Amino acid sequence: MALENLFGLVKDRWNGITGNNPPAEKPKNEPAPAEIPAAPGFKCPRCLTVTPTDVFAAGMKVCPNCNYHSRISADERIEMFTDKGSFTEFDVTMKSLNPIDFPGYEEKQRELAERLKMNDGMVTGLCTLRGEKIVLGVMDSRFMMASMGSVAGEKITRAFEYATREGLPVIMFTASGGARMQEGIISLMQMAKTSAAAKRHSDAGLLFISIMTDPTTGGVEASFASLGDIIIAEPKVLIGFAGRRVIEGTIKQRLPDDFQSAEFQLAHGFIDMICERRFLRRTVAHLIKLHK
Amino acid sequence: MSEKIKNSAWEKLKIIREKNRPTVKDYLPLLFDDFFELHGDRLYGDDAAIIGGVGLFDGVPVTVISQVKGRNLAENKAGNFAMPHPEGYRKALRLARQAEKFHRPVICFIDTPGAFCGIEAEKRGQGEAIARNLFEFITLKTPVISVVLGEGGSGGALALGICDRLGVLENSIYSVISPRGAASILWKDAGKEKDAAEVLKITATDMLNFGIAEKIIPEPPGGAHTDTKRTANAITDFLSESINLLKQADIDNLLEKRYLKFRNLGVYAE
Ligand SMILES: [Zn+2]
Repeated sequence: MALENLFGLVKDRWNGITGNNPPAEKPKNEPAPAEIPAAPGFKCPRCLTVTPTDVFAAGMKVCPNCNYHSRISADERIEMFTDKGSFTEFDVTMKSLNPIDFPGYEEKQRELAERLKMNDGMVTGLCTLRGEKIVLGVMDSRFMMASMGSVAGEKITRAFEYATREGLPVIMFTASGGARMQEGIISLMQMAKTSAAAKRHSDAGLLFISIMTDPTTGGVEASFASLGDIIIAEPKVLIGFAGRRVIEGTIKQRLPDDFQSAEFQLAHGFIDMICERRFLRRTVAHLIKLHK
Repeated sequence: MSEKIKNSAWEKLKIIREKNRPTVKDYLPLLFDDFFELHGDRLYGDDAAIIGGVGLFDGVPVTVISQVKGRNLAENKAGNFAMPHPEGYRKALRLARQAEKFHRPVICFIDTPGAFCGIEAEKRGQGEAIARNLFEFITLKTPVISVVLGEGGSGGALALGICDRLGVLENSIYSVISPRGAASILWKDAGKEKDAAEVLKITATDMLNFGIAEKIIPEPPGGAHTDTKRTANAITDFLSESINLLKQADIDNLLEKRYLKFRNLGVYAE
């Protein structure tokens, strides 16, 4: 099946993934101002269609034109996915230190914490889904691309350990640029730590569902995110180990547009299914029932 | 040259990039008797970037798994500059499971710039292959000892680094990102590699301080390439000491300690 031009602008999206900077807005891909309706709204980074804010929100922040499942905050995800008011967050006050004295890291953290009202891009907690108790983890890419440092690593590990003790399923929504370079080798070790905790949960015979959202890459894709008993992805999200630019730099040619899409991963056998956001609650609840 | 500069990450990088730096192929005959190479992951292919097999260490059978740097361009091309594909990691896991079955210790040598970044590697699940090794090695019911021979590059190195004891050669480095990659992200200038190398804390001493490595394996003055035999002797000492220490532990105890070694790595406030 010929895939449509899913990742026409993927390079621009990747710019935000490897580093700690928000995705670069590249003027060359911006349509001339005259083509854009002046009304406020969500401009799809892929098809460039502008959707009025209320329509976009009512549609669970999916582009109505091309079905791009946009990045959403952890709060929005929790609101959409869990039973209303059921979520209790774990480790709310946990925050990063600066293990390798990385220049500017503390300031960056402080600035983001203030602006986003959160201490890290990883949020974990206990909640119910259609009445079933689950341990939930959600990554918020607004916070340093939800790169995995000590805080994310510890929160994920504790979430798995808690679920192992209590005999509960774990559901993780992943979205990350990978390991957090600013914590040096300590961030690399979080891959080992989270995978180890996932193993203990698995060995206890418990269910782990990994839900890959835009983008799931690098050290997160190469650790717990790929270790779900069942792996689900939202449509058209980016999933992969190596950065697109890195590969293009090596092979000196342009990659196919659908490279590293959810659809690409399904075709190559690395995920179980692609599920639209609006069906996630019922799909995951059903899967949990099948494992009781 | 002052002592401080000599010990800088940049100086160490220069030493490990020395073209005569010994590779696993130099060490194998000095460390093991009767090494017998085993091939393939039984799923797709045989990755020459990772060599594996069985040999005798001090008369005892051990499984050896290693990334293979080349000693010349032809060898490097054959081994893809020690950057494994998924089938390399899957071969490593297959051999580790075999070692578990036959109650042999596993000895992993890490020497890679990182897992290969390419179309085929992505199609065959590079991320999944690395993740799977992290997931399985943590409960492998036999002692696992890893040694960083030179370059420990990112997740591609960690996939052979889930172990009970990690030894790092004195001039080796272990890093989440190459100094070059960090420089291009940090300062948009890959040329500032030297500064990035210092910032990232990648030396053997750093690994010991963070609790990631158990031991620094000494190299001769000037680096391993000045005396391969002497370096091999130092590696032998580390392996002997480690095997003696680990073979006494009962398996549940060993696995609990291995879990905690990684579980406790992290620096945060509450
Ligand atoms: Zn769109």
